[in-house]
Amino acid sequence: MGGFLNRFLQRYFRNIFRNRSHVRLGLYGPPNAGKSTLANRICKDWLGQEMSTVSAIPHETREIQIKEQVSIKNKNGKTLSFSLVDTPGIATKIDYEDFIKKGLKEAVAKKRAKEATKGVIESIKWLDSMDAVAVVLDATQDPFSQVNITIVGNLQARNIPVLIVANKIDLRRAKLNKVKAAFPQYEVVGVSAKTGTNVDDFYNTLFKLVG
Amino acid sequence: MVTFHFVPYHEIEDLNSTRRINKLMGIIKQDKIVVLEGQLQKEEEAILIESTMNDINDEFKGIELAVIYPEKQRMDTMKRLRLDIARFLVGNRQGFTIVGPASIVKKVRQNPSSIELFTQEARKRRKR
Repeated sequence: MGGFLNRFLQRYFRNIFRNRSHVRLGLYGPPNAGKSTLANRICKDWLGQEMSTVSAIPHETREIQIKEQVSIKNKNGKTLSFSLVDTPGIATKIDYEDFIKKGLKEAVAKKRAKEATKGVIESIKWLDSMDAVAVVLDATQDPFSQVNITIVGNLQARNIPVLIVANKIDLRRAKLNKVKAAFPQYEVVGVSAKTGTNVDDFYNTLFKLVG
Repeated sequence: MVTFHFVPYHEIEDLNSTRRINKLMGIIKQDKIVVLEGQLQKEEEAILIESTMNDINDEFKGIELAVIYPEKQRMDTMKRLRLDIARFLVGNRQGFTIVGPASIVKKVRQNPSSIELFTQEARKRRKR
């Protein structure tokens, strides 16, 4: 009961004090779904510079990255400004031996694993600070993973607007329809953050979500 | 050998979120797979992940988690309403939650009505 009241009050006060000119847009999702690649795509398109480093080794982003004052424009000339928050990937397991298999030395792998666990905790803690979230999923992977469902469920429980981004649609194994079937109650946009395919659709949907 | 530990919902219904998670983590740390009647709240699933991250070390690599539940989207409004009322009155007893240590459960494949658990070979577990 106490938890329910606490959540209710949190939501109530967040809605009262939410400043629409300073919307905080979070990029959430499992590791290696392309959150940082999408963050870089947005920043390159609208600010001319990248914000995060990307890597084929999972958990490259281990700290919250924030780019303030990103402004995007739609065809009608309307502007949407937000702070873009690139978050570490949320996972339920982190094994340093997986990093060793990717070519890292043991000490480096253990350090990365330790930092990655802290990153997951940070991502979860930051959920309450978001005004809207794009959940970035790898469209070549099974969308029915519990991590994805837990992330979306937590956003729903906090009344935070959600957009599902099915990334990597440039790859032949990508199954956009499967992602749509997994989250029928949400808007799903298929993009390739790497090549820029369909990113305009993503921007248009963002306007619908928080504009 | 893999051990499944069944936790009926009544064993957790009077516990607060922290104690629920501690109870489940205690079982998982004994290298058992928890089969929980019903579901945790979504916020509790997030706490479970946080708690797991805090506990990860060279031996404990994390968990695999899966929830099987009735698909609300495919229900008509009356059935959904009845389910919501039942949930409010008697707790989230619908479905099952499976949580196991990642050293035993290698992978979980799930869709709304089935779960497949892929376990690590015992030889590999011993090597770790």
